[in-house]
Amino acid sequence: MRHITKLIAGTAIGLTMAMGTLPVYAETPANMLVIANRIDDIITLDPAESFEFAGSDVSRNVYGKLVNFDPLNLDAGYEPDLAESWVVSEDGKTITFTMREGVKFHSGNPVTAEDAEFSLRRAVTLNKTPSFILTQFGFNADNVNDVIVADGNTLSITTDKKYATSFVLNCLAAVIGGIVDKKTVMANEVDGDLGNNWLKTNSAGSGAYKVVSWKPNESVTLSANEDFYKGAPAMKRVIVRHIQESATQRLLLEKGDIDVARNLNPEDVAGISGKEGIAIDNELRGRLMYFSLNQKHPELAKPQVRQALKYLADYEGMQNSFLNGQYTIHQAFLPRTYLGAIDDKPFNLDIEKAKAMLAEAGVADLEIEVGVREAQERVEIAQSLQNTFAQAGIKLNITVGTAKQILTRYRARELDMYLGAWGPDYPDPQTNAGTFAYNPDNSDEAKATGLLAYRNAWDPGDMNQQVEAAVVEADRDVRGKMYEDMQREHQMNSPFAVMFQKIEQTGRAEAVKNLKLGGAVTAVAYWPVTK
Amino acid sequence: MSATIQTENGRRASPVFSVVATIAKTLGTIAITMLGLLFITFVIGRIMPIDPLISILGERASKEMYEATYIKLGLDKPLVVQFFYYLWDVVRGDFGVSRLTARPVIDDIIRVFPATLELATIGTIIGVFVGIPLGVVAAVKRGTWIDQTARVIALVGYSMPIFWLGLVGLLVFYGILGWVGGPGRVGIFYVDIVPTVTGLILVDSILDGQWDVFRDAVSHIILPASLLGYYSLAYISRMTRSFMLEQMNAEYVTTARVKGLSEWAVVWRHAFGNIKVPLITVVALSYAGLLEGSVLTEIIFSWPGIGSYITTALLSADMNAVLGGTVVVGLVFVCLNIFSDMLYKFFDPRAR
Repeated sequence: MRHITKLIAGTAIGLTMAMGTLPVYAETPANMLVIANRIDDIITLDPAESFEFAGSDVSRNVYGKLVNFDPLNLDAGYEPDLAESWVVSEDGKTITFTMREGVKFHSGNPVTAEDAEFSLRRAVTLNKTPSFILTQFGFNADNVNDVIVADGNTLSITTDKKYATSFVLNCLAAVIGGIVDKKTVMANEVDGDLGNNWLKTNSAGSGAYKVVSWKPNESVTLSANEDFYKGAPAMKRVIVRHIQESATQRLLLEKGDIDVARNLNPEDVAGISGKEGIAIDNELRGRLMYFSLNQKHPELAKPQVRQALKYLADYEGMQNSFLNGQYTIHQAFLPRTYLGAIDDKPFNLDIEKAKAMLAEAGVADLEIEVGVREAQERVEIAQSLQNTFAQAGIKLNITVGTAKQILTRYRARELDMYLGAWGPDYPDPQTNAGTFAYNPDNSDEAKATGLLAYRNAWDPGDMNQQVEAAVVEADRDVRGKMYEDMQREHQMNSPFAVMFQKIEQTGRAEAVKNLKLGGAVTAVAYWPVTK
Repeated sequence: MSATIQTENGRRASPVFSVVATIAKTLGTIAITMLGLLFITFVIGRIMPIDPLISILGERASKEMYEATYIKLGLDKPLVVQFFYYLWDVVRGDFGVSRLTARPVIDDIIRVFPATLELATIGTIIGVFVGIPLGVVAAVKRGTWIDQTARVIALVGYSMPIFWLGLVGLLVFYGILGWVGGPGRVGIFYVDIVPTVTGLILVDSILDGQWDVFRDAVSHIILPASLLGYYSLAYISRMTRSFMLEQMNAEYVTTARVKGLSEWAVVWRHAFGNIKVPLITVVALSYAGLLEGSVLTEIIFSWPGIGSYITTALLSADMNAVLGGTVVVGLVFVCLNIFSDMLYKFFDPRAR
């Protein structure tokens, strides 16, 4: 498929010339939003299970949560949604939410504390892939009836120890925090599956939209919830069509048959930039591109070598050539738009400086192996690094493999160097801090293969305590500051070189306003959209 | 009525028995072919260097979750045992649930196959009705400009990458001229209007009396079908031309001409009559090829057919979907073969 895509992309570039100016003929109806996107990653619509991009896009618009992000003001962080307010107990372990009155599910059933209790218990009990977002607070199938409890109009959640309230609430704002309609879901339960099978392809939420249909690899159709508690959305119908090819998306956008094209490649973006009636949005997303150095390697474990290699990446060159429009330079472990994110970029390509540092460390004729998954942009980054490393006398051997091959070796701490991407799992800084800067037991026996720091055999030392402290800091602003400090130290001294953050470029009809993809923390919101 | 007859040498042969025997033989052939097909795809599926569990659980699943799923899917059992489990399910019509779509594979196939069937059928009709006359004329007028033109058309159709033609076609006929509909089976306004009966939108819209939808569906199918038609036309016309050339040089053609038959009768009744049988094979093969689903055409035209369904499934190691899809494609091949065998017997008395 990759070759197919390449061939098509090549052809499309050739055609870019020919396209010139296409007259706009059609127009989608004023109250309908038509989007072209790749939706072949959706494997389920159940919020307790959904963990893919296109699935999160659906979920965000269909399910209300206790707390949620305002699409037009993501910087404000979580805000009340189905919970109107909350109080934290003195020991900091119990959060009691008061539910908003008068909100209804699409079925007409009222949204109650009992539904919230059911939804969160259900997510823990089902124990699907994203369940760790909740179970990291000590919830499990055995204790869930004691720690997540509805009482009248309130819901209390009791964690196993004290955590920063912002940490817990950010996690509840993830897809898995979606509140489902207990009555409807349980009416569709089969063999004690808590309605999982039914919810994979149906919806039972209270959000701005309800799912009309999901046809795999074809389309997702949503219709507006006229009773949405924040007011009926302007777009009465949202249709997301699966259009694989950038060139096809572009053609549809230029013809006015769609309002939004979400997978335009840089060539097609360049081709339609500045055309009448079409606008291009750039939005930062959560994915980071980084390389990391195995600390079991005696030379790579030297602090000067770690830093020297960070001066041997041609950040600007890559950003302005093959990563143009897809990635932007970013050198800290929290993606911008996260709480505590920083924009410091201390590293640039500086061969002389790197050489001096390597000499200081007494390193000469270093030969290392980098493992890369067979994805075009990653291999291209590896080749660029190979070139710049060579200029400082380091021979970089690139091993390209399938996800399984490379990940297996990375987890087994066998790679000298790894080059790859990391996407945050939930909208709280802990998601990245807890993996880039946390590794309490670095011994081989610990087998903490889920932690990036462990995979690189790196003992973060004091930073472990800093991560633990940030997780329990009650004040949101102080907590943000803690992450800022942590990242400044991390970017200088850790064996991780974060290089780039993902940008998503979206082509849209100029008339479409307020379409926000959700930044790095969340997914797209359709309810504020007008046109 | 007694169905037995007395044959000359005294042995009794039952025509009923002979029909039953033929059917049994045919079914046996299907069964053996399908078994072999299932076995090969199953083995390939199991030795592929893709970890199906990573694609199910994601890269960050815990070890316990990984192992639980491993056992749940029966991957801990020996391959042979896994194969027989699978075979038993297939025999009962259960292809399992596709991981990618969270639906039974059989439902997915019922949804995607009609899209391909519709496209391939119209493509083949175009290929037959243009390709055969073109090939015949090219052979009869051998060496003239007509022949040269036909050969160039065929060569271009044969050698031009279909994704290139597809994109250019979309750009010209949809983008610039606006004569045809864009990608997809119907326009946004017509999605989900007609109830699904056959899954073929052209048929369903007529059944429902929705002529708007029918027109829209025609405008959407015409370009991709013409492309596939062009592709199969190129093949069919080349084969027709070479079959015809062989016949035109045969002595019976000269005899027919000497007898004073019209050129029309010589070409169409005598020569063409003799190439019908090999042509059936050519057309059936070409049709079967299109029914497999043309992945590139489906991607470019966002056509939700079986080609892209199987390809997507294969790339994500969704083996239930891959095996289910392969069985259906295999069945189609076998059925078309049987159908063309029956046509042979109809056109060629010697094969009866």
